[in-house]
Amino acid sequence: MGKSKRTEMFFGPNHPGVPGNYGINYFYEGDTVVSAEPNPGHLHRGFEKLMEEREWIKNTPLVCRICVMEPDINEMVYAMSFEAIGEIKIPKRAAYIRSIILELARIQAHIFSIGGNCGAIGLYTAMQWGVLTRDYILDIFEEITGGRVYHIYIRPGGVRHDIEDVTLQKILDLLNDLENNRMPEFQKLIFENPIAQKRWKNTAVLNQEDALSLGVTGPALRATGLEHDVRKLMPYAAYDQVDFKVPTGEDGDAWTRLKLKKDEIFQSIKIIRQLVNNIPAGPVSLNLGNALKYKIPAGEAYVKIESSRGEYGYYVVSDGGLKPYRVHVRGTSTPLGLYGVETLLPGCRIEDVPVWAHSLGICPPEFDR
Amino acid sequence: MSKDKSSIFSPAVSFKNLFKKPETIKVPEENKKTAKRYRGFHINDLDKCIGCGTCSKICDNKAIKMVELENVKTELGQRNERPKIDYGRCCWCGLCVDICTTGSLQFTQDYTYINHDAESFSYIPDNKNINKIESAIGYERDQDSELLDLYRIEMQELDAESRVQSFMEIVKGFSKKQAEKEASRCVECDICTEACPASMNIPEYIRGIYDEDLEESLKQIYEDNPLPEVCGRICTHNCESICSISHRGEAVSIRWLKRYAVDNVDLAEYNKILGTEKIHQVDKKVAIIGAGPAGLSAAHYLKLMGYQITVFEAESKAGGMMRYGIPEYRLPYDKLDKDINYIKNLGVEFKFNIRIGKDISLSDIKKEYDAVFAATGLHNGRSTRIPGTENNNVYQAIYLLKQITKGEEIPLTKKIVVIGGGNVAMDIARSLARLQKKKYGQVNVLVTSLETEDIMPADQEEIEEAREEGVDFEPGRGPKEIIVSEDGSISQICTNCCVSVFDDDMNFNPTFDDQDIQNYECDMVVEAIGQAGDNSYIDDNYDIKYEGPRIKVNDKQQTSLPWLFAGGDIVRGPDVINGIKTGHNAAQGIDEFLKN
Ligand code: SF4
Ligand code: SF4
Repeated sequence: MGKSKRTEMFFGPNHPGVPGNYGINYFYEGDTVVSAEPNPGHLHRGFEKLMEEREWIKNTPLVCRICVMEPDINEMVYAMSFEAIGEIKIPKRAAYIRSIILELARIQAHIFSIGGNCGAIGLYTAMQWGVLTRDYILDIFEEITGGRVYHIYIRPGGVRHDIEDVTLQKILDLLNDLENNRMPEFQKLIFENPIAQKRWKNTAVLNQEDALSLGVTGPALRATGLEHDVRKLMPYAAYDQVDFKVPTGEDGDAWTRLKLKKDEIFQSIKIIRQLVNNIPAGPVSLNLGNALKYKIPAGEAYVKIESSRGEYGYYVVSDGGLKPYRVHVRGTSTPLGLYGVETLLPGCRIEDVPVWAHSLGICPPEFDR
Repeated sequence: MSKDKSSIFSPAVSFKNLFKKPETIKVPEENKKTAKRYRGFHINDLDKCIGCGTCSKICDNKAIKMVELENVKTELGQRNERPKIDYGRCCWCGLCVDICTTGSLQFTQDYTYINHDAESFSYIPDNKNINKIESAIGYERDQDSELLDLYRIEMQELDAESRVQSFMEIVKGFSKKQAEKEASRCVECDICTEACPASMNIPEYIRGIYDEDLEESLKQIYEDNPLPEVCGRICTHNCESICSISHRGEAVSIRWLKRYAVDNVDLAEYNKILGTEKIHQVDKKVAIIGAGPAGLSAAHYLKLMGYQITVFEAESKAGGMMRYGIPEYRLPYDKLDKDINYIKNLGVEFKFNIRIGKDISLSDIKKEYDAVFAATGLHNGRSTRIPGTENNNVYQAIYLLKQITKGEEIPLTKKIVVIGGGNVAMDIARSLARLQKKKYGQVNVLVTSLETEDIMPADQEEIEEAREEGVDFEPGRGPKEIIVSEDGSISQICTNCCVSVFDDDMNFNPTFDDQDIQNYECDMVVEAIGQAGDNSYIDDNYDIKYEGPRIKVNDKQQTSLPWLFAGGDIVRGPDVINGIKTGHNAAQGIDEFLKN
């Protein structure tokens, strides 16, 4: 090859390898990225501003849309912020149900993400399996909440409906199927697949120092060896009632991150089983009065939870009125999707750019809101 | 670097799927079976829906428009509007279903709707679903997803034992916290306004309470009602009977909220808040006959327009029936005076102890004033005229109530029968009970009415409270004769069974069964079967038209004599709020008349 030339490449906003309507503009030489910058804005829907214009209850169907893949985390932090400012304590059963929902959401998000990562390396069968497996979990969501993708189920004061025993049993059956049938197949198709290993190992490496300085959390941070998980550090919902491990890795590469996701699925299965088996009886919601007139005192709160991609938080300010005064969303992948692109992507090979984006859990709606 | 198991044969696991049944389904050959709770497409029971628009109010996507429909029921408490959903906007959150005040709105389980006509995605749900086929009900509200506050804040009241000891006000009123919580229950649908005879801005003044802005409440209240201390206590509250919340829960305590708002604003602040510190004066004079609700209301609104107002009143104080009919335990005099004093302070002149037709003639008044508003009310008692009513110990409730107000001693025996089933009967029975308790240490009052309890015109709570205070009831009985002993004293009242009160056309036409006779011991009888007016002051000089027993008026209370307007119980009601409305109407009518 002769003298290499810098060429600009648009990765997204419409590209099968990019997770959402979002772009990365990069220059490459040969087949290596030499500089990159994020190109967001295609997805901007003004969520935060919109929320200031709507009565508290009216944001419950809106927040879930911030993250398509894992809407429930938004419902959760929104409800938590309301309850924190309003000093509202939800019933115990509601806390258990919230954790069940959040873990089911984690499983489906991880499975979908593993499938998506497979798509990024051309392992399309696994991608289809990811979609299919997720759909069985969506069936459960449909049964509990009435919606498949957007559940609008976790609300200030608790949850919207109780879960019947038959549905709890269905959840256990589904977990068994996942553990005994589907996960072993994923194991063989994906994790024992030498090509997948070759593509992921040592790819998109993120070291702990960079991760910490950027504020990266979740599997991307844990893959560098740090046991950081909000569920353990600041337990919310019913996480202080269950026993589980926080898997960590060492290499900080795409492979480690994906393996962690797989391991976390097994931990989630364990968590849900404990919750289902020990769920207390009792109410699942508080009647907070006429929803058109929800009012909480003036105040502010930052609340956070552990999403499938890491720490996810809302900073909410109430002026004591019928609507939030300000809502600020801390999306997990904000640091990586916006700043990490510039500092961490250079050096990556062109074909690994999708692996980089997917395995680091870049979720454009989280930061392009 | 970690060691991981790997084999090029591992991925072959996927081949086994070649021999498995597909896990997908083929639409449309096969339909997806949705969950019982699936949020499919809206259906709405159009008969149950009242058009309150609460669904539209909560819709976070502005996907619901309320549209007028021709063939839906529009009884009081129902609007002819129904929700129309735009599926181009709807996000299927179901908040509308969770809050629907009647529970008419639900989802079906349908998964798909396909149509080439884009317009069809905006539709008015009815009992069929969007696919126009019967479909299973999907998502419904349950107690956990409830978004309304269905139950009232309980009002603190004196218990029966302490009530019957005195004429102290029974209802204690809301605290600030209670009032704000109660106010928060309102969904501001405005359906109540349609039921209020005075069309008060109810949601607006309730909102003022919720927003801790009682000045705003006061302003909203005075738009249509200058006697809020009174109405906040004794209004018949038609509004509450059709409150949207009452379909699935208890109506908002509209009356008590009004009371709370005005009780908590100082009279000294009224002028400033209501902007009545200075009133532009008009050089025209209006005479008002009668200082009851209608007269006071007309005086208030006319005064705000700048007219010179004189109110002629036969009694020595203003208030009419509000003072001389309603007992103090329901409406304390200081509260009544607060309303009246505000009107007085506006510069309305009162002339007391003047009875038109006796102390001064209508034509004299006409000479001096540019217009006249007659609101003389119904102050004469009606009698059953059964044998024995001529006895000295037979009284009319209305006169006794007046004497009690005046602090005069009234005849009081140990065993009293009250005839009548309306609120006046309750007022006198409960007043007598209090007086008996004080004088004899025990209550012995029996109320007999033609109506059985389910159709008695008195408020249910009045009946219950009277009973708690020791008043007995024998409903469904007609008075036949008052039996007088040889010494001239009453010994018993003889009644027969009242089989029906109204005929098939719902006219008052009672029928009796003389086989079923009951006598009740008593030594005094009080009749409370209705009142009559005395319009004789409109003498023969004036050719005034009547409609049945009532003076004929147009929608601005104008009689057949252009300068004479009439309102209050002599044309509508009888009750306070209708009086207020007719007074307000008359003020507008007189203004128009005097400007032309
Ligand atoms: S489901 Fe939600 S978005 Fe749709 S009409 Fe009802 S409230 Fe509006
Ligand atoms: S809330 Fe219910 S009753 Fe009211 S208009 Fe909507 S569908 Fe009808």
